[in-house]
Amino acid sequence: MEKRVTFSRWSIGILFAVPQLLLIFTFFYWPAGQAVYWSLTLQQPWGGGNIWVGLDNFRSILANTDYWNSITASLIFAGISTGLAMVIALVLATLTDRQLAGSRLYRVVLIWPYGIAAPALAMAFRFILAPEAGFMAAVNKVWPGFWDPGLNGADAMASVIIAFSWKYVGYNFIFFLAALQAIPRSLVEAAAMDGSGVLRRFRDIQFPLITPTIFFLLVINITESFQDSFGIVDIMTAGGPANATNLMVYKIYSDGFKGLDYSGAAAQSIILMLLIIVLTIFQFRFIERRVHYK
Amino acid sequence: MSIIKQGLAALAAGALGLTLAQPAAAAPVKFDFWFGLSGDLARVVDTLCKNFNASQSDYEAVCTSQGNYDATLQNTIAAFRAGKQPTVVQVYDVGTATMMLSGAYYPADKLMEENGYKIDYSDYFPGIARYYATSKGEMLSFPFNSSTALMYWNKDAFAKIGKTEAPKTWEDVGADLKALKDAGYDCPMAINISGNESWQLMEQFSAIHNQPIATENNGYDGLNARLEMNKTKFVQYVGDLKKWYDAGLIKIKSKDLGQDMVQAFASGTCQLIMTSVGDHGTVGKTQKEGMSWDVAELPVYAGTERKNSLVGGASLWVLSGKSPEEYKGAAAFLNFIHDPKTALFWSTNTGYIPVAKSGFEYMKANGFYDKAPYKGREVAIASLTASEPTEITRGIRLGNFTQIRAEFGTQMQAIFANKVSVQEGIDTLVKNGDAILDRFQQTYANKTLP
Repeated sequence: MEKRVTFSRWSIGILFAVPQLLLIFTFFYWPAGQAVYWSLTLQQPWGGGNIWVGLDNFRSILANTDYWNSITASLIFAGISTGLAMVIALVLATLTDRQLAGSRLYRVVLIWPYGIAAPALAMAFRFILAPEAGFMAAVNKVWPGFWDPGLNGADAMASVIIAFSWKYVGYNFIFFLAALQAIPRSLVEAAAMDGSGVLRRFRDIQFPLITPTIFFLLVINITESFQDSFGIVDIMTAGGPANATNLMVYKIYSDGFKGLDYSGAAAQSIILMLLIIVLTIFQFRFIERRVHYK
Repeated sequence: MSIIKQGLAALAAGALGLTLAQPAAAAPVKFDFWFGLSGDLARVVDTLCKNFNASQSDYEAVCTSQGNYDATLQNTIAAFRAGKQPTVVQVYDVGTATMMLSGAYYPADKLMEENGYKIDYSDYFPGIARYYATSKGEMLSFPFNSSTALMYWNKDAFAKIGKTEAPKTWEDVGADLKALKDAGYDCPMAINISGNESWQLMEQFSAIHNQPIATENNGYDGLNARLEMNKTKFVQYVGDLKKWYDAGLIKIKSKDLGQDMVQAFASGTCQLIMTSVGDHGTVGKTQKEGMSWDVAELPVYAGTERKNSLVGGASLWVLSGKSPEEYKGAAAFLNFIHDPKTALFWSTNTGYIPVAKSGFEYMKANGFYDKAPYKGREVAIASLTASEPTEITRGIRLGNFTQIRAEFGTQMQAIFANKVSVQEGIDTLVKNGDAILDRFQQTYANKTLP
């Protein structure tokens, strides 16, 4: 007997699917379509009299050296902050998983950072990393001019990377710890009885078993570092100095909302969307092969 | 259970009572006013609204802060596109060109005339009025909170180098900074070089020296204006600032570095800053105990005939698409704000200056400028009225000026970080700024400035 629910007529099936399709259309495809339409026109902010310009917006963006600098800055930011956030989280999760004294406390404390909103944590890090007033002021006392995010682009980039990674360490930590604790104790204990050391056990048993989690977090971290960073940039550096931290998503925000250039911002967000799609395809195509799901 | 029931019944009765009571009391016509000030200043605006509402019973202004100027403009545009715009909105100076081309406003002078209010427009200080007027002189919006840039100087520090006056020329500034440094002051002068300081460093400087920012009389004569400050005295000025910075005579102070200019001056760390007269109150309230300081007009280069400085701040726009009753309310509100008594209230509680001669005279007659915390603010009026506005000093009318200011910050940072030379940096500022203007002109291809 057929167990699946079937409909006598296909139209009834469609009818049941309509609410779902409508939701997807309203919340995903309609805004995306709107962005595509805007990117092909010149929008007057107050509405009325929009001019069709075809691909002109894309041409002018791609001919702009500042835009290419912002792509480079975004890639550097995404690469380093993802790497930092994942490695630190993995180390902390491994230590917590070994049930050292107080590991339950660490578990709670390490999850907190992810709960803090980006602007709040950016304010905190702006103070901590301020060259004249915060923690780094002490370092500057010893080596004058060592730390100057106000004029040194590399220092400014370092400060937004530190703030962003700090937040995602908490997020990654939860997933890593859950993955590590899902590994049967007996496997690790058996290896220990065979005389393998901590690092060996990690390399040959734990690491391969958590590769699905690592892959998942890699995709999420890279995507988020492209999209979720503008609050931190806005408060800590406002894209400066001299565009050093003008990440793609921040440029979209400042051109669109502060500069009222809706069309240029729409075209940039299409490019950003394409870039994220390409990166995600790349990850699934080449990195997922190394993942062991069973 | 019965308590809840009783509560509900009471609520229902209350609601019924309200609906019944309304027609009898002839409820005032409500209209929305959105503004961009926050914190201390927002509380003053709230009081202003309360005073207006208490002054008559026909209208009620519902005043809502949108946080800051940028957000106010963004939210208003979003609301306008959704047909839910406020009746009156505060828009900052650099948004004026965008507003004029929006087609979304109800001209303020027309509104006042149609509702029977006689406003004497020659009463406004010309430097303030012309910033917000069309090239034909029609007032599309009314100036509200106005300011201009001044030089704040520490009298104690200057006394140490034998000076009893603020420097009047940039040549003097150079000598004084050196003397202050030699007298042991670590930070003779503080500046900031983000996009916002384009106002003091580029715009005010250019106006006082009668140097253009852009062609077409700073954009007043058409959307085809293009930047040209890479060919003016501005280049020499940036060169001097950079030279003094390299010599340790100027320090960069900003919030992200730990201390902004105003704090650095008020705490006695830095001896000279250029900032808005709007900060006069803040310095007075937060200054180091017993520190003696004063304000002066911004310096000029030797041999320059000083012109009026530019107004900063914001004006009030009335938006289109509202009912005649709401417009009546808006007209009454604008008339209330224009009143000299309101000017006195406003200037006492903020650092802003009166926008009309009548307000200024009224305040002078009340002895406002003789008293300690407000003494010195009349320098702002002197600076704004130093000359009749010229074609160049009446204001700046450039599209997407916010983006040009951001570009100013970017290039100044590149110059101060030694990435490019002074001339290269300003050339790039002009090139990128022109691209922004070009884009604005294309967007409004079918429109011209009123």
